[in-house]
This record gives sequence, C-alpha cells and structure tokens, in this order.
Amino acid sequence: MKITTALLASTALVVTLSPATAQDMSNEMTIVSWGGAYQSSQQKAYSEPYVEMHPEVTVTWDESSNEAVAKLRAMNEAGNITWDLVDVVAADAIRLCDEGLAMEYDPDDLLAEGADGTSAEDDFGDLIVSDCFIPQIVYSTTFGYRTDMVGDTPPTEVCAVFDLEAYPGKRALEKRPINNMEWALYCDGVAKDEIYDVLATAEGQDQALAKLDTIKDDVIWWSAGADTPQLLADGEVVMGSTYNGRLFSVIVDQEQPVGMLWDMQVFDLDGWIIPEGLSDEELARVKDFVFFATDTQRLADQSQYISYGPARLSSAPLVGQHADLGIDMAPHMPTDPENAKNTLLYNYEFWADYRDDIDAKFQSWLVQ
Amino acid sequence: MADATNTNAGAHADDATGPVLAADGSPLKSSLNKALRAQKLRALALIAPLLIFVMVTFIAPIVDMLFRSVENQIVSETLPRTVAELGDWDATSETLPDDDVYAALYYDLFIAAEYKNHTRLGSRLNYEQTGMSSMFRRVGRNVGDFGELYLDQFEDLDERWDEEADWAALMAHPGYLEDAAEWRDNRDADRIDPRDTPAPRFRLAPGIADLLPQTAQAYSQYAEFMRTEEQETADEDQPWTLVDTMLYNDLMAASEADIAAYSGPMADALQAAHAAVPEFETATLKELFIESDDEWANLDNWATIKVYAPNYTSGYFLTAVDMKLGPDGMVSQPEDQQIYGLLFKRTLFMSMAITISCILLGYPVAWLLANLPMRSANLLMILVLLPFWTSLLVRTSAWKVMLQQQGVINDVLVWLGVVGDGDRLIMINNQFGTIVAMTHILLPFMILPLYSVMQTIPPTYLRAAKSLGATPFTAFWRVYFPQSVPGIGAGSILVFILAIGYYITPEIVGGTSGTFISNRIAYHISSSLNWGLAAALGTILLGAVLILYWAYDRIVGIDNVKLGG
Repeated sequence: MKITTALLASTALVVTLSPATAQDMSNEMTIVSWGGAYQSSQQKAYSEPYVEMHPEVTVTWDESSNEAVAKLRAMNEAGNITWDLVDVVAADAIRLCDEGLAMEYDPDDLLAEGADGTSAEDDFGDLIVSDCFIPQIVYSTTFGYRTDMVGDTPPTEVCAVFDLEAYPGKRALEKRPINNMEWALYCDGVAKDEIYDVLATAEGQDQALAKLDTIKDDVIWWSAGADTPQLLADGEVVMGSTYNGRLFSVIVDQEQPVGMLWDMQVFDLDGWIIPEGLSDEELARVKDFVFFATDTQRLADQSQYISYGPARLSSAPLVGQHADLGIDMAPHMPTDPENAKNTLLYNYEFWADYRDDIDAKFQSWLVQ
Repeated sequence: MADATNTNAGAHADDATGPVLAADGSPLKSSLNKALRAQKLRALALIAPLLIFVMVTFIAPIVDMLFRSVENQIVSETLPRTVAELGDWDATSETLPDDDVYAALYYDLFIAAEYKNHTRLGSRLNYEQTGMSSMFRRVGRNVGDFGELYLDQFEDLDERWDEEADWAALMAHPGYLEDAAEWRDNRDADRIDPRDTPAPRFRLAPGIADLLPQTAQAYSQYAEFMRTEEQETADEDQPWTLVDTMLYNDLMAASEADIAAYSGPMADALQAAHAAVPEFETATLKELFIESDDEWANLDNWATIKVYAPNYTSGYFLTAVDMKLGPDGMVSQPEDQQIYGLLFKRTLFMSMAITISCILLGYPVAWLLANLPMRSANLLMILVLLPFWTSLLVRTSAWKVMLQQQGVINDVLVWLGVVGDGDRLIMINNQFGTIVAMTHILLPFMILPLYSVMQTIPPTYLRAAKSLGATPFTAFWRVYFPQSVPGIGAGSILVFILAIGYYITPEIVGGTSGTFISNRIAYHISSSLNWGLAAALGTILLGAVLILYWAYDRIVGIDNVKLGG
C-alpha cells in the first residue's frame, strides 16, 4: 500500500511539475550543427546532460549547418521536414525567417529566465536579431598572425593587413565581400560609424575594392573556416582572418606560433532556429530541449569547451576554465573588455539588402 | 508470335500485282506490324518499371529544376491586384504610379503580411534591385497600422465597430454563425482536432456583398485566414484593419438610399457611419506608404515590380549572360558586375585542358596495362583504381600539401637549389593547381575506357605492320592509334562532362583564377538561394554540353565511341 501511495504521489508531483507530459513529446530529435569542435562543445554542454535527464530521448546530430538554408528549402518544398533544430549563423536565420522556413517564437514564452531573474527577452537583448533566431553564442571574425614572421613589431591594429611593407607575405581573407569591404574602408580612412553609409554607394564599393586591390596579389582566399588555421600553421601566410575559436585552438591546443589581432574584430552571432512545419510532438520535445539548452548555466557551460562568448548577459559571470586545459577562458573570449576595445558588429540589415549586389561586384573583381 | 508465323506461311506468294496478303486476306505488311506491335508492347512493359523509375527520380526533378529558370509567379501571386493596376503604368515615365496602384498594393501587402509571404517576395525582388528585401520587411511591420486611422474613427463613432461579434453579425450569414458556434463547442470540448476538421467555410450575409462589396471581400479573406491559418472561426477575433479601410471606401461610394434600405444587424451603426465618413480625417494610401518608407517613392523599385510582374521571365537567363532586364528591355550589366561570360569560357577552356592532359597521361598508362603480362597489369590496375577508393577531399587536400609554397615540391626544389627560398613557385590557388588536381582525379575515367578498347586490338596487327617494313612510329600511328580512337572518344566525353560540373576541387585549390561556373551555381543554390539564376546557369551549361556533343558526333561520329570490346 505504501509503495502505491508513494508512486501515486510521485507521479502526481511529476505531472504538476512538467505541464507537457512525456507522452506528448517525440523521443527522437535531429539536431543540425557545424561538426568539429563547435558541435562537440554543444554535445557536451547541452545534449549529453539533457539525455541524462531524459534517458528515453535519442539525439541524432547532422553536420549540415553550412548548407542548412538550401536543404531546409528543399525539405520544405518536398513537404518532409526531417530536422528538429538547426544551428545557423544569424544572417542565415534572417534569410530562413524571410522565406518562411523558420518558426517565429516568443522569447519570454520559449526561453528560460536568466539566473538573476531577468526576462529572457532582456537577458538576450539586442542579440535576438530576427523573430526566428534563438541566440546561442557571440563569435568574431578576426585576424591571427605568425609571431615568428612579423619581426619585433607584432601588428596591433587591423590595417597591418593592408601594409605590405611592414608585413610582407601572403594574407588569408575570406572569399566573400562581407567583413573584407568593411576593413578595407576602415583602413582607407572611413570613420567606423560611416562605413555602411559609404558602402551603400557605388563609389564606396569601388573605394573598398580599390583598397583591396592594393593587396590582391598577396591574398589567398579561403572559403572554409579550417583554411586559415592550416595556412598559418604551415607558414603559408603571415596573417589571416578566421573565426576566433579556430585561432584559439591553433594557439592553445596546437601550440603554434600564432598571435591574436583583436583590433576591429567583427562580432557575429550563431544560434538555433526551429524549422517551420514540425508536428506537435516534435515541437514539444524541441521546445523542452531549447528551454534547457539556452538557460544561463548551459550557455556558460559551453564556454568551457570553446572560446565563444555566451549570448546571455547573465551567463558572462559564470564563464570559467577550459574543461581539459584548465586555463581561464575569459581572456580568450571575443567579448572580454581587453579584446573588445575596437570592434564592429555585423550589420544584418545592410547585408541582407546588399549581399547579392556587392557579391556580384566582388566576385567580378576577384576573377579579373 | 505464333499467329504471325501462321499468317506468314499462308501468304499468297503468287499474287504478283497487288500487295502481299496474309491468310485472313489483310495485307501482310499490316498483319506483320500488328504482330510486332504486341511484341514491342511486351518489351516496353518489361522495361516500364525502369523507365518510370528514371522518369520520376531523374528526368522529372531535372526538368522541374531547369524550369525554375523562367518561373516567376511569385510576384503576381503575392501582389495580384497591384500587378493588374500596374498594367497601365509606364515604367519609363518619370512619374510615380497613381493612387489606385497604392490602394491595390495596400490590399495585397496586408494579406501577404498576414500570411508572411511579403519577405519571400522581398528576397526575390532583391536579386534584381538592391534594397527591396528590407523595403518589404519594413512595410510588413507597418502595413497593419495604415488602417488604424479609420478604425479609430469608426470606434469613436460607435463602440460596436470594435467588437468581433458585431462585425460577424453584420458580415456573416446566420447559418455560418450557427455552424461556427457548434464547431467551437466541439473544439473546446476536445471532441474534434481543428486540423483534421477545419472550421466551417465562411458564408457572407445575404445582400451584404452588394451593399459593401470591398468590405465583404476583405472580410471573407480574413475569415478564410482565420479558418486555415489560425484554426479559429471568423467571430473569434477582431477583423483586420484592412476591413475598416474597405468599409470607409464602401461607405464613401454607397448611396444614402441603399444604406437606408438595409435593415439587418448593425443597420443603425452603418447609417451613422455613412453620415459621418465624409467628415473623417483621411489620407491617401500613397501618402501613407511614402510616409512610412520613402523607398516606395523610388521609381526604380516600381519599375522592378512592373518588369518582373509576368508569370514567366527571361530575367534569370539574361543575368546568366551578363545582361539585365530593365524597363527599356535588355541592357548589358555594368562592366564591374560581369562575371558569368568569363566563367563559362574559363570552364570550357579548363575542362578541355584537363581532358587533353588526361589523354596525354592516360594513353601510355592504358597502353602499358593492355600490353603487360597479366600479373603486372593487375598490379598496375590496382594503382590506377586506388584513387577511386580515396575520398575526394583527401586527394584534393593532399595536392594542397604537395603544391603550396611551403609544400613538398617547393621544399624539394629549394633543397636542390633549383629555386631560391625567396621565390618559391606558386602552383596552387590558381588555374595550374586546378588542372593538376582535377587531371589526377579524373585520370581513371580516361584510362579505363582506353584500356578496354586497347585490349581488343590484336598485337599481331602491329607485328604485321612492322614485318611489312613500317617503322615503329609509323606502325603505331597508322595501325595502332586509329584503332584506339574510340577509346579516346569515350574517355574524353566522360572526363570533359565530369570536369565541366566539378566544383569542390576548384573551390579548394582554384583560388580566384581557377574557379568554374559550377562554383557560382553552388553559391546561388546554397548561399544566395537564387535558385532561378542557378537553374538558368545550369541550363546554359547543359546546352553547351549538348552542342559540344553534337559537334563531336558530326566531326568524329558517336558510333566511334566505345566503352569496351
């Protein structure tokens, strides 16, 4: 009798605690991410603890984030959405939202309050750049340089990239206009807060390309995030742009003679979107997972494995040490005050409009 | 088959003047055809599963994809009224469209914004005119507020204009309201799932469509939206502010007698409103649009909407050949945006270079394979096939390690003293790197057909030629080579067609001068989502390959292609 009562009581407790019962939720979940160190940081910080709490759930990871936009559109046209949660950069999230492929959500409804009690909407603040975008991390695109190839004067500002006399050698830049055009204008004397006004004009675009022209012969253009770390490690380039987390692992994990050039790093965001068109059961499970995986502690946990800043304000004080290496992570975060003295924020609205146009010009300039 | 033989046997062979007849008196020819038709049908039935499979899984998707290069229904489907109104507007004139166009735009955009279709149209038009993406995103946020001007004034006049139940009583058929109430009860009691059993279809109140035509239309659309998108009935929410604007229009147009003759629900409110509307504060939609965003006063944006209004467009194809569709017809892209012509030429040129280097490298190897003793030939064959079993990315990355400036080849050259440490050779991230890496990857496709053709050439021919006095070169060139040409043809077609569509290898080792048109196609498929342009580029590429194939057939003859003995 006693056992039955205890069972009944505990069942009642569970029912009152979680409004959606397990029966309503799908037990399978396919999460799409970028693979590599980033995905494994998500697995360790989010999905492994979640599965520990919900052993009935199987999580499948798919490494398709770099082509998520096209694949989601194809799935949507075929009427068969096989993904439950997709990790994309903010620009892609905006595109997916525009195309009606991602679900709009209400932050205060879907996401947990901050550990300090602030509402989710305030805790994430401006980082919710689209109605569909659930921010996760802040990363930056910035430069790394070979410490053994720059003599006694390591570069301290981004315009060193355009200074072939002081820093001869090849540079690695991404094969797209975004970020490169901004840096070019900045180093051509355009004030930081006028960059996008200038870039919106045909003359400004020509000015940026003319500036890039001065180093064109010495640039190796990359298209995968792993390229610059490899080029730096092999000594192919003296400096190159890439994501700060990649440089962190070149410097700290692989102990290569590479230094960080944080000046004018471009902040960008990465986060989740929930595809439009999930069934109720799938949606209930995804919502449950997202609520857990974006709370203050979980976002802070992720920074134990990779040097990207958590998107919640309330997570920042909880950033600790690297799980394996035991070093303090805070100085390696792009958001650390020491690193963030001079930064630029990716202008989503601008690039959503001008991406096609400037890309055509940029690619045409590139192949000349 | 059996009766065909019978009729054949019974034919009147001696009937010399007329057509040969079968036993049943019908002409032999048609009788034979009949028999053969049955046979052909049976054969067709046997391959039908494969044929259907190929059609459904291969041909149909390709045709569907290529068809996107001309499809453009999105503009007329999202903005049907605007497109119709724009018919009279001259895109080359220096004046903005008139008020009617803006009124139609308001109606279309209001509905598009409710269904969240407006941003999709914005992305589509942004391919043609920069800035339209955010213009549509912004207007989607604002268009809902335009009608509040009238909503507020109706509300001030009579509280009932703010009540969903009163609106429903005015607009909906009493029968609909009963059905809706019943459906709601069932839904709330969880007796039905609203997605399996949608709300009852909306019916207008009798006579209201004649009295208030625009209002009735807008309200019907609102009711349909509630039914399909929200799984609710029309009387569960306040109607869109679009309906209020339409009510204002209708009341301004209606005669006093018509309004006075109406005696249904809300008759008094309608009469009061009709008396009051001439005094309403008002603004034309043109003013409202331009006030909310001056991009709507930009002639270029309107010209783009007008030019891309038809259901089918040549715009994508024109972009693919560095042209542009403007209000005056076709114009060339500005020079600093031309790229595709160059890339097409480069793709063809480099694919040919790769094919030729494959022939030069593959021919001796295939000859060796065909002429070595079995044991060593097998070993060599494994070496040829080995790259097939290695991942494409691994092979391409290996070339990177080999060719880069701090790579193996340069290190060896510097160590040998052939080149100085300061001027190491640049062998990657350019055309050279692409040609080397792709030749390596595609070489087996040249060697295998060559090998299988060469195996069938009897070695005795060469010996006979030599014994008749030919030099080794003449014997090879006059006797052996012509017999191996079908293998070269097959290998070249394989290598060329594969090369023309490659994009991973050029992306990794091609730098800026070694990329192909396929890299742009991949970009438009996966990054810019401009599938129409990608389809147009793909169609042109397909056309180019077919023309080359045709030319090859004319010059060499397709019968002269052999994949084996």
